[in-house]
Amino acid sequence: MAETPVVVLEKVNKWFDDLHVLCDIDLSVDSGEVVVVVGPSGSGKSTLCRCINRLEPIDSGTILVDGAPLPAEGKELARLRAKVGMVFQSFNLFAHKTVLQNVTLGPVKALGQPRAVARERAMELLDRVGIAEKADRYPAELSGGQQQRAAIARALAMGPKVMLFDEPTSALDPEMIKEVLDVMVELAEEGTTMIVVSHEMGFARSAAQRVVFMDGGRIVEVAPPERFFSEPESERARDFLSKILAH
Amino acid sequence: MVASFRVGPIAPLRAAATTYVELVRNCPLAVLFVFFFFGLPKVMGVYPAYTTAVIVLALYTGTYVTETIRSGINSVAGGQAEAARSLGLTFPQLLAYVVLPQALRTVVAPLGNLFIALTKNSSIAFTISVGELTGTAQRVGNATNNYHAAFLAAAIGYLLLTIPSGLLFGAIERRVAVKR
Repeated sequence: MAETPVVVLEKVNKWFDDLHVLCDIDLSVDSGEVVVVVGPSGSGKSTLCRCINRLEPIDSGTILVDGAPLPAEGKELARLRAKVGMVFQSFNLFAHKTVLQNVTLGPVKALGQPRAVARERAMELLDRVGIAEKADRYPAELSGGQQQRAAIARALAMGPKVMLFDEPTSALDPEMIKEVLDVMVELAEEGTTMIVVSHEMGFARSAAQRVVFMDGGRIVEVAPPERFFSEPESERARDFLSKILAH
Repeated sequence: MVASFRVGPIAPLRAAATTYVELVRNCPLAVLFVFFFFGLPKVMGVYPAYTTAVIVLALYTGTYVTETIRSGINSVAGGQAEAARSLGLTFPQLLAYVVLPQALRTVVAPLGNLFIALTKNSSIAFTISVGELTGTAQRVGNATNNYHAAFLAAAIGYLLLTIPSGLLFGAIERRVAVKR
């Protein structure tokens, strides 16, 4: 019998007023799978990512995380969000807390871990993303790449079932993009379940098991990266790839 | 706390907080003093004038503090709250550990203003014959017929209270400044 998929979306629809941002989205992500979502701006890929931990509510359809439907706002939802790690484009580290405090806040307050345990685990994670020496610094004292790596450590500290990345490198310059992608590739190789919204085609090619191409709020094509990049089935994907790979 | 209700997800609390703020801050302080001093005994028994003055000043200043803190909450970037929610923090936790600590830092200066205004607003308690500074100056002026000296002394009295308050809030502001 197959394992329960970690994330399942069924016939998900969402409107922003008149704008139909997600149309009948069906997607299922298995444990250990890395799915990269690509597509032009406004195609709904970030919204898709934000709906999975209900930062955005959906208008119809179902989303299952770890086999259970997303509950309404409240304690239940908070518990579920603890299982879903989220990394934002703009890092969103807590500005008034040190890097270490950023990483331990969730485990201590949401999971009820003893402070010493959370601290030790946090230091391990910071070491793993290569910024252990910055543990007592404030976010504003770090480079963008370091901040994003701290944000990844913060999300990992919750021991999530799935990690969501919402354009994690779009606010970074090329050198910093590399240091963040290196961490992400490592996570992918270790079997972390990941849903990554990104314009980094290199990452999609090397780390993804599947590439999801979205346009106009719909999933247009789902394919393994080698097939998606060499012979995309849809006209729209061919057009998109020719534009972004032209340079 | 009232500010938290104003931004919170619970509609009745939000409505109650808004009603309180809009009713109390839109009435002149002198009217509130007289209203509470003569009106309250009818429903709740007689309070001494001094107690009434303290209650009214607290209610009145509370509305301004509420709105100041609310604007501080709104000034905290939305991403901070989103990050807290995605870590699985509940709304009260999100306020207590992430949003309020940052919001309070940005509103130290306006809170200092309010504290000074509160000190000076106590002068209006003299409408209900509380023996505060302005009223005392009035009485001393009456008795000695030297209003200039009496009110000069009162002015110095206020300055002795308010200038150190201003300095204190300036010091707090420097102390808690967030690195950005």
